[in-house]
Amino acid sequence: MKMTPEEYGELARQASPPSPTGKNLAMAFLVGGGICMLGEGLRLCYRALGATEQNAPTLVSVTLVALAVALTGLGVYDKLAKVAGAGTLVPITGFANAVASPSIEFKSEGLVLGLAAKMFLIAGPVLVYGTAASVAYGVLVWLWGLF
Amino acid sequence: MALRKGRHTILFETPPSLRAFAAIGSDMEAQGPLGQCFDLIERDAYFGQDSWERAESQMQERVVRRVLEKAQLPPSQVQGAFAGDLLNQCVGSTYGLRGLGVPYVGLFGACSTMAEALVAAAVFLEAGAMERAVACTSSHFCTAERQFRYPLEYGGQRPPTAQWTATAAGAALLDRGERPPFIRGAVVGAIRDLGITDAANMGAAMAPAAADTLARFFADTGLRPQQFDLVVTGDLGLVGSRLLRQLLEEEGFPLDRCHADCGLMLYDRQKQDVHAGGSGCGCSAAVLCGHLLPLLRQGTLQNLLFVATGALMSPTVVQQGESIPGIAHLVWLSHKKSGEVASCRC
Repeated sequence: MKMTPEEYGELARQASPPSPTGKNLAMAFLVGGGICMLGEGLRLCYRALGATEQNAPTLVSVTLVALAVALTGLGVYDKLAKVAGAGTLVPITGFANAVASPSIEFKSEGLVLGLAAKMFLIAGPVLVYGTAASVAYGVLVWLWGLF
Repeated sequence: MALRKGRHTILFETPPSLRAFAAIGSDMEAQGPLGQCFDLIERDAYFGQDSWERAESQMQERVVRRVLEKAQLPPSQVQGAFAGDLLNQCVGSTYGLRGLGVPYVGLFGACSTMAEALVAAAVFLEAGAMERAVACTSSHFCTAERQFRYPLEYGGQRPPTAQWTATAAGAALLDRGERPPFIRGAVVGAIRDLGITDAANMGAAMAPAAADTLARFFADTGLRPQQFDLVVTGDLGLVGSRLLRQLLEEEGFPLDRCHADCGLMLYDRQKQDVHAGGSGCGCSAAVLCGHLLPLLRQGTLQNLLFVATGALMSPTVVQQGESIPGIAHLVWLSHKKSGEVASCRC
């Protein structure tokens, strides 16, 4: 076989069916938007129930995370995500699923070396770089305040 | 004795017989077009165990015991078990076969393991080192997902090129008897890597290896693809099958309608959510042992080339930016022990 990796890469690209981008985008928009609408609905409910302007968003986040973890445990979230893609990945529910799913998966290796050790297998980078980015942002804001 | 023909092809003077064979699968496999071909179907993906790894081992143990039952042999009459799987240190096989007390040769060939096991067992038999040997392999969707990809409940999308790891196992017992089918020849594959780095496109990574092994077999023997009822590749799936046909056409060995792929046979891609088809060691092993070998025994198929393909990668090296090396081992299976290959039925 005298084909170069570049030539074969092109052949493989032509033979591979593309992702249905239009459908994926539409579903991500609809489901992701739906989750955000649910969040807004919850916020209004909590406000109506007497939560302060400051506490209501926290309660919304906690509720959405609890819901996503419950749906992950019930085996529903991954089925929804298969259709919704980024629509279920980007909101806070996606982060909850990323923490809950390895916890369930690696429970068979024990509560310490399995569940706890592998809990942040997927979400770890978000925590690391999210924290690092917030520190960098804090430093920039501080520097801005000096002048 | 095993003779070498050409550069790499092995031909057997007294072809070993595949005395008994069996396949085991789970729910998805039972719902596929070959659902009726399985000897054993276990709807519970845990196979009555408490971890996915134990489930896979259980699958191998059950399928090997089934083969021994069909051959009416106790494990003590078997001199060798050639087995492997996708898991680290091949634990699916080692824990599955540890209770049998059969001498064990552990193999890793990724999804090419069934062909690798058949070739190794056949050579041991031909050399007179063994009277009877078992070739066996398995894969489990849940063990493969957690080792190579994401946790089962993680919400991700699979690209259209991704394949579905079969929850299945196949085993065959080889001896020097006269029951068809027979292993008449083999080619041990060379590692081929044309730079594919996408772990969700295994078919593309493995197709060059399949094309290379087949081209070497045809060049060594002077046989043509059309002289076989079927050329069955392991689990190239939709993408890899397309690429294999193109590559072999360029080599001067067009497959025409002789080609089938286990990854495209095990599941119904229209009805089942398997994207580019099935994969995993158990995919080709189960299709071979549950569907193809019975057809060869009856004589419905006379000559068949079984080319199981494997992607020899680990998540670690792929994350380091390495490309995915592919391998393909070929086994020539025949209803007759000897004679010319003249059939052209495809």
